[in-house]
Amino acid sequence: MSEESISAGLGTLREDSMVEVNYDELIPNNVDLSTDLRLKRALESWQPKFLDWWKVAGPADTREFEVYLRTAVGVDPKGWAKFDYLKMPEYRWGILLAPKEEGRMIPCGKHKGEPVWQEVPGEYRAMLRRLVVVQGDTEPASVEQQRYLSKTAPSLYDMRNLFQVNVEEGRHLWAMVYLLVKYFGRDGREEAEALLQRRSADADRPRILGAFNEETPDWLSFFMFTFFTDRDGKMQLESLAQSGFDPLSRSCRFMLTEEAHHMFVGETGIARVIQRTCDAMNEAGITNARDIEAVRNLGVIDLPTLQKKVNFHGSVSRDLFGSEVSTNAANAFNAGLKGRFGETKIDDDHQLEGAVYPVTRLVDGCFIDEDVPALSAINARLLDDYIKDCQGGIKRWNKVFEKAGIDFQITQPHKAFSRMIGEFADIFVTTDGEIISEQEWNQRKTEWLCTDEDNVYIQSLMNPCMKKGEYAGWIASPRIGINNQPGDFEYVKIG
Amino acid sequence: MIDFQTNPDSYKHWKLSFDGPIATLSMDVNPTATQFDGYELKLNSYDLSVDIELYDAVQRLRFEHPEVRAVVMNSAKEKVFCAGANIRMLAGATHAHKVNFCKFTNETRNSIEDASKNSQQRFLCAIRGTAAGGGYELALATDYIMMADDSNSAVSLPEVPLLAVLPGTGGLTRVVDKRKVRRDRADVFCTLEEGIRGQRAVTWRLVDEVVRGSKFEEAVKERALEMAASSYRPANAQGIELTPLVKEQQDNSVTYPYVSVEIDRIDRVATVTVHAPETGVPTDLSVEEAFAQGADFWPLAVCRQLDDAILHLRFNELDTGTLIFKTCGNADVVAAYDEFVLENQSNWLMREIVLYWRRTLKRIDLTSRTMLAYVEPGSCFVGVLAELLFSVDRSYMLEGQLEDAGLPAATIRLTAASFGPYPMSNGITRLKTRFLGEPETVDACKSRLSENLNAQACDALGLVTYTPDFIDWDQETRMLIEERASFSPDCLTGMEANLRFAGPETMETKIFGRLSAWQNWIFQRPNAVSKKGALQLYGTGARPEYDLKRV
Repeated sequence: MSEESISAGLGTLREDSMVEVNYDELIPNNVDLSTDLRLKRALESWQPKFLDWWKVAGPADTREFEVYLRTAVGVDPKGWAKFDYLKMPEYRWGILLAPKEEGRMIPCGKHKGEPVWQEVPGEYRAMLRRLVVVQGDTEPASVEQQRYLSKTAPSLYDMRNLFQVNVEEGRHLWAMVYLLVKYFGRDGREEAEALLQRRSADADRPRILGAFNEETPDWLSFFMFTFFTDRDGKMQLESLAQSGFDPLSRSCRFMLTEEAHHMFVGETGIARVIQRTCDAMNEAGITNARDIEAVRNLGVIDLPTLQKKVNFHGSVSRDLFGSEVSTNAANAFNAGLKGRFGETKIDDDHQLEGAVYPVTRLVDGCFIDEDVPALSAINARLLDDYIKDCQGGIKRWNKVFEKAGIDFQITQPHKAFSRMIGEFADIFVTTDGEIISEQEWNQRKTEWLCTDEDNVYIQSLMNPCMKKGEYAGWIASPRIGINNQPGDFEYVKIG
Repeated sequence: MIDFQTNPDSYKHWKLSFDGPIATLSMDVNPTATQFDGYELKLNSYDLSVDIELYDAVQRLRFEHPEVRAVVMNSAKEKVFCAGANIRMLAGATHAHKVNFCKFTNETRNSIEDASKNSQQRFLCAIRGTAAGGGYELALATDYIMMADDSNSAVSLPEVPLLAVLPGTGGLTRVVDKRKVRRDRADVFCTLEEGIRGQRAVTWRLVDEVVRGSKFEEAVKERALEMAASSYRPANAQGIELTPLVKEQQDNSVTYPYVSVEIDRIDRVATVTVHAPETGVPTDLSVEEAFAQGADFWPLAVCRQLDDAILHLRFNELDTGTLIFKTCGNADVVAAYDEFVLENQSNWLMREIVLYWRRTLKRIDLTSRTMLAYVEPGSCFVGVLAELLFSVDRSYMLEGQLEDAGLPAATIRLTAASFGPYPMSNGITRLKTRFLGEPETVDACKSRLSENLNAQACDALGLVTYTPDFIDWDQETRMLIEERASFSPDCLTGMEANLRFAGPETMETKIFGRLSAWQNWIFQRPNAVSKKGALQLYGTGARPEYDLKRV
C-alpha cells in the first residue's frame, strides 16, 4: 500500500476545483480567512495558545530539529502537499477544506434529500458541537501520548514519520477548532480553549476518550496505535464526512487524505517489524515462532508478543466506537449529522426506519447475531466496517510471513475480547470468543496481553538509532523512501 | 381575533354606576353576547367576553374615577349572583384557550385586590342568589363579602363534585389563605354541591356578613359608605379618560404609537419593541401637564399598549413560541419620565401609573412563552423598561457598536424603578429574585444607579445573560431561536414557569403555580374531558365514568 493509493479518496474531488492556499497570512487556509473577521480574530488569538501547547505537550526537545515534512498546500489531488525541511514549531498549521460540492444533499436521516447546511442548525447545535469536540479532542491527545517517542526512534526515517503524524494531528486539531470558532460562537471558542487545556492521562483533566489516555510508551505501541487507533479516527472521519453540516463534511474529507499517511506509518511499521523478525529467524535457522526465548535472543520482537500487542490495541480501539447499540448514534444519524461508512454507496433508503441490523450480543451464554433496529445499531455497523478495514492490513502482514516461510498468522481477537464499553463490557472472553470467569481471566490474561516482562523486553529494544540510512536491529528498512528519497536520506537534521 | 379593548358604553354584561364615592358594578350577563358560538351565558355565567369587560371596568375605576373609594359588586339578576365560568364554553374550548382564559381571569381578580390594597379603592361584594364556582371566586377577590340571608342565596365551589375540575380562579387558595377557612371545613365546602348559606357561611368565614333579604340593600350601602370613609383616596380629584387605543393590525404585525409587534411565522417569534417618545420631555413637565396629556402621557400610554399587545399575543398568536423584547429611542427621555413618575408618587395618577406597570410587568412574567430581551445600540432599557430585562428568560446585549451603524454601543441604566416599586408576584423585586443567592449583587447594582452601564459592566454585574459582539450577534441569536424552536412547547412552559419565580411564596404565586399546574393537568384528563368525563356530560343527566386510580 502506498501513500498514493491511500490518498485516492481525493479522486472524488473535481480536479478543476483547485483552491490555492493563501500563504500571505499567518494561517494557511482556503476558507477566505482574510474576509472573515470573526474567524481571523478568534484563530489569531488561539494560535499562540496552540504554540504554547505544542511547546509543553508536543514532541519533547525537538525544537531545533529540521524535519523533512510535507505541508498541505492545497486540496488538488494531484499536488496537495509539498516537502521541505522545517523546524516543527514553524510548521504552518492551516485550515483546508475539500472543495464544495455544488448541490450536495443531506445523505441520510430525516432531512435526507434536503440541501446540506452551511450554517449550524440551531436545533442540533449541542449535538453537533459535541461531535466536533470529541473528534477534536483526539487530535492533540495522540500528540501528547507520543511526546517522548522521538528519543527512542529506531531511525531518522521513523522519527520523521512520527513528526509528520504529530504535525498533522495538530492540523486536524486546527480543522476542528476552525469549525468550533467559525460556527459555534462563544461556546465554540470556549471549547476550542478547553481542547488545549485537557491532557492525555491527566488525573484532573484527562482527554475525553479512554484510549487517548493510555500510554504510548514504545515504538511498537506507536505503530499499533497508528494502525488501530488512527483507523478508528479514519472511520469517524468517514462518517463525519457524510455529515449534512457541509463545513464538517468538507473538513473531514480533507483530513482523510492526511490520515491515510498515519495508517501507512502503522501498517508498514508493523510489516517492517515482522520482516525483521522473519529475516532474523531465517538467518538463525529458527522455525518455531513460539520459541520466544530463542527469538528474543536475536534482539527482535517475537511474534506471540506482536499478537498480544494486536490484541490490546485492537480491543482498546474498538471501545472508541462506543456502545454498539446507541441512542446518541441513532440521533446523530437521524439528524443527518453523521452518516455510516460509505453512506452514499449503501443501497438502502438511508433513513432506516423499520430497518434492522444484526448485532453480536450475548444471549443465554452464547454469542448470537441479533437483529436490532438499524438506527440504534449505527455504532455496531461502523465497528464491523472497522474490523473489516483492519483485516485488509493484517492480510498484508500475513503475506510477509508467507513470503519468508515462517509459520505464523496475526489474527484479530474476538469482538468481545477485553472490552470496557458496549455489549461485552461486563464479561470475560478469550481472544477465541470463549466466555470465562473473572477468576480465569485474571489467571490467563497474560496468554493474550503483554506481561510486565514482555514490556520490559520491548523497552530493552528501544535504543535510538539516529544515523542516516541506519535502522535499529528490531525493524527492517522501508522499501521506498518518503517522497522517493534514497535510502541514506537525512530525514531529520538533529544539528 | 379576540379584542381586549372596550368601554362602558359598549358593555354587554356589566353596568357601571356612580354615586359619590361609591361605584356599583352590576353583573348582568347577556346570554347571547358570547365570545364564541355554541353556548349561552345563562344565569350570569361568564366567558372571556364578560371578563374583558370586567377588566376594563376595574381599570377605568382606577384611572377615570379617583373619587370612587368603594365599589359594590352585585348582580342585576334576581335569583343568581353569578354561576361561574360557563360549562359549555369550557367543554368546547381548546385547552390553550381554557388556560389563557383562567390566567386572564386570575389576573383580573388580582387587579381587584391590587386596587384595594394599593389604591384604597375597596371592593364590597353583595351576594343575592347563588354565587357558585367562579361566581364565589369573584366574591373572594373582594374585601368584604355580604350575603343575603334568604332561602336562595348561597356560596359554593361545586367544581369537584359537579364537573371534575378545580375552581380555577384562585378559589381554593383564597378560601384557606385569604379567608383562612379551617381546612376540614374547606374540604367539606369544596365538595358540597349546593354550597353553604346563612349564618354558617359566616361562622365558617366564607362570607363576612349575612343580612336578611329585606334589609340587604340598605346594609350594603351602609357598609360601602363605611369602607369609603376609611379610604385615603383624594377627594375632589378628577380622573383621566382612557381613550380608545390606536392600533393598526396587519397579518404579521400590530402597531401602536409606542409599541410594535412583528411576527416571524417561520421562526415563530414575535418581536415586541417598546419605543420612547420621539419628542423630548417637555422641560416644564409637571403633574398638571401630565394630567392634560391624560391617556397620552407616555408612561401610561406605553403601558396600556404593552398590556394590550401581550394579551393579543397570548390569545391570538398561540403558535408564536418566543417573544423578543426590544426598546428603541432616547434613553434620557425614558429616564426623565421614569424619574418624574417615581418622584411624584404623592399624586394619585402617578401612583396608578406605577401600579399599572407593576401589573403589566407581572403579566409579562406570567406569559407562557419563551421570553428574550435583545439590548442593541439605539435601545433604551432604562428604569421601568430595564425591568423587562429581568422579566425575560434570557437577555442578550450587543457589546460595542454594530459594524456599519453610527449608533453608540448599547447601555442599560438602572433607576429606583428596579429597587422597589415593581415587585413580582412573589412579593420581591426582579433583581432580588434574580440574585437570590447573591444579595450583595443587588447592592452592587444599586451603587451604579443612573449610570450608563455598557455590556462589560452589565456582564460583570450579571444583569444580562450574554454579551456577543457584532461579529457573533447574528449567529448566536439565530442558533438560540432555532434551538428553542426545537424543544417541546409544553416543557418550555413548565421549565420557564419553574425557573422564573424563585424566592418567597405568596398567594399569587400559589395561584399561578400550584393551582394552575393542577388545573392544567386535570383539564387534560379523561375524568374531566373525555366523552364520559364530567365536563362533557354536565347537564345531560348521565353520570361521568371516572378512572378510579389515584395518581
